[in-house]
Amino acid sequence: MGILNYFRSRDKGSASIAKERLQIVVAHERLQRNQPDFIPQLKREILDVIAKYVQVDQEDISVSLDKSENCSILELNVTLPSA
Amino acid sequence: MAKIIVITSGKGGVGKTTSAAAIGTGLAQQGHKTVIIDFDVGLRNLDLIMDCERRVVYDFVNVIENDATINQALIKDKRVDNLFILPASQTKDKDALTIDGVERILSELSESFDYILCDSPAGIEQGAYLALYFADAAVIVTNPEVSSVRDSDRIIGLLQSKSRRAEKGDTPVEEHLLLTRYNPERVEKGEMLSIEDVKDILAIPLLGVIPESKSVLAASNKGIPVILNDQSRAGKAYADAVSRFLGKDVEHRFIEPEKKGLLRRVFGR
Repeated sequence: MGILNYFRSRDKGSASIAKERLQIVVAHERLQRNQPDFIPQLKREILDVIAKYVQVDQEDISVSLDKSENCSILELNVTLPSA
Repeated sequence: MAKIIVITSGKGGVGKTTSAAAIGTGLAQQGHKTVIIDFDVGLRNLDLIMDCERRVVYDFVNVIENDATINQALIKDKRVDNLFILPASQTKDKDALTIDGVERILSELSESFDYILCDSPAGIEQGAYLALYFADAAVIVTNPEVSSVRDSDRIIGLLQSKSRRAEKGDTPVEEHLLLTRYNPERVEKGEMLSIEDVKDILAIPLLGVIPESKSVLAASNKGIPVILNDQSRAGKAYADAVSRFLGKDVEHRFIEPEKKGLLRRVFGR
């Protein structure tokens, strides 16, 4: 068991943590990179309109744009607080 | 028509200028007429790495502003035939480089050179943008370290969206990963990202792996591109990378820990 543990512990070096963290941050940044420049502004303005009626946070709203061959789909998700 | 190659990274201090000097020297050694342009306006350093700092009379910005001709500004390397350097200006004016000016000089150089290497400054501002804008190929210099890999990914994104080839819808800029300061011993211990880890994340083809080596600092101390030191592992790894760039199939070296003999294990070193 001692020998096995010795070999196993080698895999748990900080490099594997680095790789995991990088994969997450890079995937996130690639999504943002591919979105058109107007998305952040659009998100703010939609949020302003909704905020007139209910209280929502920046985090409660997500906007994404999916491109397929001949059309783009703008997807809007707003989580409203349960009254 | 010259092939324009940008040496870029996003992050500073990963070895862009060292790599530009080594690869440019290697291409010239193979008989290709090569010029290395320093795009780091205000923070010129290629001249020091190439040991021609005392021969700079005119610079890149002088040529753009028509205060000098290209031939007046080009510095011919004294060691290798076919190799020239176009030094950056030390002006503080960040906007001294213009897209039209850079285009004019690249097209003029293109008539007489085989390869034009653009040594990019760090960051993603004007100098870095202009260095990559006209590129046909890009060497992305990356250290096996989180911030360097993340910045490289951003630069790859810029190449794919903001380069002239991307804007015009031409064939995309060729991408080459150059992993520098690689330490196979630390990778084996799980302390450092491996070649495979970095390739998985960046997803671009691997041009070369340059091992961490004392000879790199020694080379810059003396102003001799490390590729001219054929005893050094880093120098050999750069020579291999140049061969691969020119289409040869060369196996990667120095990517496994050095095997220590029993005596060296016992007595250390």
